Amino acid sequence: MRFRHMLASVAVGFATFASFGAKAVEIEYWQYVFDTRVKAMTQLIAKFEAANPDIKVKQTTFPYADYQTKVSAAILAGQGPDVVQLFYGWTDNFIAGKMIRPLRAEAFPAADIERDFFPIVSAMKRGNDYYGLPTAVRSLALFYNKKAFKDAGLDPNNPPKNLDELVAAAEKTTKRDGAGNIVSAGITLDMAGQDHQWWREVLVRQFGGVPYTDNDTKVAYNSEAGLKALTFYTDLQTKQKVGQVGFMDEGQAAFRAGLAAMTIDGTFRLGSFNTIKGFEWGVTELPANAQGVRSNYASYFANAITTKAEGEKLAAAEKFLAYVSSPEAMKIWLEVVGELPARRAAALTPENTAHPVYGPFLKGLEYAHTTLFKDEAAQRQTAIDMVNRVLIGKEEPKASLAKAAEAEQAIIDRAKR
Amino acid sequence: MSAVTHREAATGGLWSRMSLGQKQVIWAWGFLAVPLLFYVVIRFWPTFQAFYLSVTDWTITKPASFVGLENYKRLVADPLFWQVFRNTFMYLILGTPISLLISFVVAYYLDRVRFMHSFIRALYFLPFLTTAAAMAWVWRWFYQPVPIGVINDILSSFGLPQQPFLRSTTQALPTVLAPAVWAGLGFQIIIFLAGLRAIPATYYEAARIDGLSEWAILRKITIPLLKPTLVFLVVFSSIGFLRIFDQVYNINTNDPGGPLNSTKPLVLMIYQTAFSSYEMGYAASQTVVLFLILLVISLVQLRIMRDR
Repeated sequence: MRFRHMLASVAVGFATFASFGAKAVEIEYWQYVFDTRVKAMTQLIAKFEAANPDIKVKQTTFPYADYQTKVSAAILAGQGPDVVQLFYGWTDNFIAGKMIRPLRAEAFPAADIERDFFPIVSAMKRGNDYYGLPTAVRSLALFYNKKAFKDAGLDPNNPPKNLDELVAAAEKTTKRDGAGNIVSAGITLDMAGQDHQWWREVLVRQFGGVPYTDNDTKVAYNSEAGLKALTFYTDLQTKQKVGQVGFMDEGQAAFRAGLAAMTIDGTFRLGSFNTIKGFEWGVTELPANAQGVRSNYASYFANAITTKAEGEKLAAAEKFLAYVSSPEAMKIWLEVVGELPARRAAALTPENTAHPVYGPFLKGLEYAHTTLFKDEAAQRQTAIDMVNRVLIGKEEPKASLAKAAEAEQAIIDRAKR
Repeated sequence: MSAVTHREAATGGLWSRMSLGQKQVIWAWGFLAVPLLFYVVIRFWPTFQAFYLSVTDWTITKPASFVGLENYKRLVADPLFWQVFRNTFMYLILGTPISLLISFVVAYYLDRVRFMHSFIRALYFLPFLTTAAAMAWVWRWFYQPVPIGVINDILSSFGLPQQPFLRSTTQALPTVLAPAVWAGLGFQIIIFLAGLRAIPATYYEAARIDGLSEWAILRKITIPLLKPTLVFLVVFSSIGFLRIFDQVYNINTNDPGGPLNSTKPLVLMIYQTAFSSYEMGYAASQTVVLFLILLVISLVQLRIMRDR
């Protein structure tokens, strides 16, 4: 009797489970572990599920190390996510590995994307197809230490607006000991940080050149403009002596410690700099050149639909992707993570543009460029080596620039094969 | 036991007809099969697969296709490979003799110290227990320029010029090597101490009665009798220096391999090729080269040290 009772309850349980399983589609979302990102996504999933009771989203997170390896291994094995987060620079790799699929034009019309999003979203476009959409984007700006400015007799509310003012401010704020060693830098020089982006997409353009042509497949900075940009950068250490590569180990560490008056860094650094207690800092747009030309480098993690998603899962994944790229999601992402909305309307609200911290970053987005890296780490290394050859190897900037262009072109060509 | 054999004899199977010796062999292989299988699946099979990968162009996302010796040709033509090749041998040529000399001297004198012997030994051993990554970070800060670098602070307080250390193409490699040598000392000292203790005291007594000098005792008795220990340590530390990675990677994470690759060892090049550029085939060919280097060096060392 009791046994039959139990059997019945198990059967009922199975029935409800089965009916529930038939109704709700479960899709899987993968991203790397970063506290605020996971928190924001958890909120977004909760809101999405409330609006779409027939869809369940399972969030899987794992450490950033070897992200690409893990995702590709999982998808190739038929496991893994339906919607995945990827750095825009990995798109070619993910497409080549048949890991992500183009967004269906009916669900995500290209015209709408191009109207609503910042132009940098084009880095997700191949041919006529978009392969993913970002929730949030990052750009660069100049951080400056207001206390150091005040101590040097500079106006802390009037940060440098162009490159000449930048150099002048750096000269005033640099402190040296009796032997001439820098004990507090005017500006951080850290090619391994964000300076290589500043050099490539900003300085080269400001000196009248372009870093690449042909959709970033031909290196074009081995030019007069590239040479001027490189010399401007290395002169900061060799001529004006307002900074030193390797000072305080890393540029951001020097700024954090209050031992550098200025540093160029991205939105992703805000979380770290927000905990600075010792001094007040400000943010301003990257300095213009003498003619007022500005540029910026923007990057982002996009969400894409994998080749694993089929049928009703594909439909659910499309709905989910649409939601996480919606203005509402972007607002939550900005509040929780502090990254800038990827849609113009969500980003350029009067409240945001007037914001003392977000404002300068947002202005940068309007004229930002996004490098289509083939192998970001290796391409960054060519820039690091280029500067090291000049600063440590005492090589002529012209020769070093040519070597860097050649090495980077080789990396790009190899990736195309 | 006897009951069991009794029952087996009664069943009269194959097992019961075996001799005790045969049964022992089967038991031994039965137990050995587990680790053997583990090694074959976890170690040897991937090793052989690496040989296969080295002649393909596998990139994780693209399926592998056979390219012959293309990867090896590229390797030979790659100036970076020759640079890391030189670096790797610099680690070996500097690291092994220096670390062995220091650890032998320390062990030799520590062997005679009675006062706080174990405490001093523990102090030497301590760095060996520390995680290489954590240690590399501490040394990374030691080597910084003023105002935070301890070593440069001391130099400049004596009015000496700052040294670039990690930011120099010539100083960087010895700079990275120093903590690696220091970290390995503890282990080598312990092994040397054990070797020294294993030499019978009667030899020393006889030599002293015969009036041999300390130097002669060291040369004629201690060092020859330490040869097995020395062989082990030379081979062991050579392999260690040829495979150096943690220290190099962590002491310079923002420009891995030092400025202009001045400290990059072969293992780091393999790591970057495989897990940063995802050129698995090319990385596998580098691994094969490293494997051959390790094999040849170990065999040569074993041979030389045995014959002498």
